[in-house]
Amino acid sequence: MMVRLFTDDLSISYGEQLIVKNLSVTIPDKKITTIIGSNGCGKSTLLKAITRIIPHQSGLVLLDGKNISKENTKSLAKKMAILPQTPDSTSGLTVSELVSYGRFPYQNGFGRLTKKDYEVVEWALEVTGTADYKHRPVDALSGGQRQRVWIAMALAQETEIIFLDEPTTYLDMAHQLEILELLQKLNHEQERTIIMVLHDLNQAARFADYIIALKDGEIVKAGTCEEVITQDVLRQIFEIDAVIGQDPRTNKPMCITYNLLKGEKQHEKTHIPVYAASSSSY
Amino acid sequence: MMKKNGTSISFLYKLIAGLIIFLCMFVISMVFGAADTTIKDVWLALTSSTSGDKISIIREIRLPREVAAIFVGAALAVSGAIMQGITRNPLADPGLLGLTAGANAGLAITIAFIPSANYFITMIACFIGAALGAIIVFGISAAKKGGFSPLRIVLAGAAVSAFLTAIAEGIGLYFKISKDVSMWTAGGLIGTTWGQLQIIVPFIVIGIIVSCFLARQLTILSLNEEVAIGLGQKIATIKAILFIAIIVLAGAAVALVGNMAFIGLMIPHIVRVLVGSDYRFILPMSAIIGASFMLLADTLGRTLHSPFETPVVAIVALLGLPFFLVIVRKGGKAFT
Repeated sequence: MMVRLFTDDLSISYGEQLIVKNLSVTIPDKKITTIIGSNGCGKSTLLKAITRIIPHQSGLVLLDGKNISKENTKSLAKKMAILPQTPDSTSGLTVSELVSYGRFPYQNGFGRLTKKDYEVVEWALEVTGTADYKHRPVDALSGGQRQRVWIAMALAQETEIIFLDEPTTYLDMAHQLEILELLQKLNHEQERTIIMVLHDLNQAARFADYIIALKDGEIVKAGTCEEVITQDVLRQIFEIDAVIGQDPRTNKPMCITYNLLKGEKQHEKTHIPVYAASSSSY
Repeated sequence: MMKKNGTSISFLYKLIAGLIIFLCMFVISMVFGAADTTIKDVWLALTSSTSGDKISIIREIRLPREVAAIFVGAALAVSGAIMQGITRNPLADPGLLGLTAGANAGLAITIAFIPSANYFITMIACFIGAALGAIIVFGISAAKKGGFSPLRIVLAGAAVSAFLTAIAEGIGLYFKISKDVSMWTAGGLIGTTWGQLQIIVPFIVIGIIVSCFLARQLTILSLNEEVAIGLGQKIATIKAILFIAIIVLAGAAVALVGNMAFIGLMIPHIVRVLVGSDYRFILPMSAIIGASFMLLADTLGRTLHSPFETPVVAIVALLGLPFFLVIVRKGGKAFT
């Protein structure tokens, strides 16, 4: 397995609070990786630090052997795209206008779009199924459509690596699946490396080749879904007692049902650090 | 693909329409006034070297005044649009967020301590004052984790503006120069001279051109900061340049007319309804509509009670306040 992207001893803090501690992880190339963990465990923080949206305090993020905090930000934008969690309102931009801003890293000066740019934008609209409403304002679309438009913009960036922070939030079940299948298709057909934060364990198990399970900014377990979606790991990261079965259609492991772990001591241990961490990350 | 070109073409039509409105407003502002003048007088004043009472009035009094109106309107509208883009605050306006009051204080201090200061020095003092006002207001709102809501920033702006205005007035009273200060700040466009324009206008022109060059960057920044970084924008650099542009535009406007709120708030919102939310279209259109609006306001000021002047500031505020209330009522959301 070729390694393009990895972190080495990475620590990230917001203000005084250390969110991610000495984390070393390798992102497998051309695979789908998901990061799971409880609220405030540092999932989004890790994603943002790897994509240079927030600075890290110590350690390294290396892409193709280069330290990302020293790399030219525009050339990084040609290698990796990021879709942050629920971007703000686009206040009236049309779908094709927004998607064409994905070509920004390739442009200079006034940003006149070249023939190539138009082709890539058209392709991105086509592949995400957003071409039909490309002239409509993004704000007028439904949540699922809007999410696909943002993905189209990330695709227009033509990067081999795409990061997504909870791309299925606020979507209904069908739309969630639609987004994840789109990402899977991009991974299978175009070999794009996809790294995303997901809340739903069963979705993570179903779509990811590699799962990173975080707890309090540290890796509990990283590996294939069979290795990570286990009773033991889920007990550690969520403090739940889960029953793991097998998805009859995909044969992937799935969490069928779960209970909160009993006992005062564990209960305290669960909640206090989680709240403390989550309140500081907003 | 076709439509993308289509958007630029339809923007071109809108730009031409805007320019026609602007030209009409300019002619109207030159023809109407306390002294009875005709279109023919205006034509002669602008194109020939004929002399005469009416022609001199047009050439030496009315023309510089309306040129000032054009640039002040354009500068305030563009700086308001940039502020709204950077802060994602639909209520941002150089008059409401402490910039013009800061420039005013800078002006008063300069008149008090450097009585011999020329226009250039006065203008630089306005820039420094405007920067100071903005830094105080944004500093106050940044002190709170997560920042202030749009409306609370306006409250902070009002408080800082009151404070800076008090400084300006205090200096005026103490040094017995309040008449000079208020002549400058409340006098609006009265008595604008060609000499003043020669110094100040280039700054406004450069400010607007630089802003238009960065318009595309501003659109990305206005979407979401994380998206902007992800697309490879150097956001700190871009924000710094745009901040300087705001200061220069607002400061230069104050050096010409003194305090003037609401134009920077109102015009970009009107323009968004016309051209959408891409700053490549918003900024040039704001300049044109801002200039036209200021011409209208000044012409009204000169003609409502002719031969007495109605202060242009009052007219702008009268037209702008209802607008402000509408935007606040809409929950501080963008006016689209």
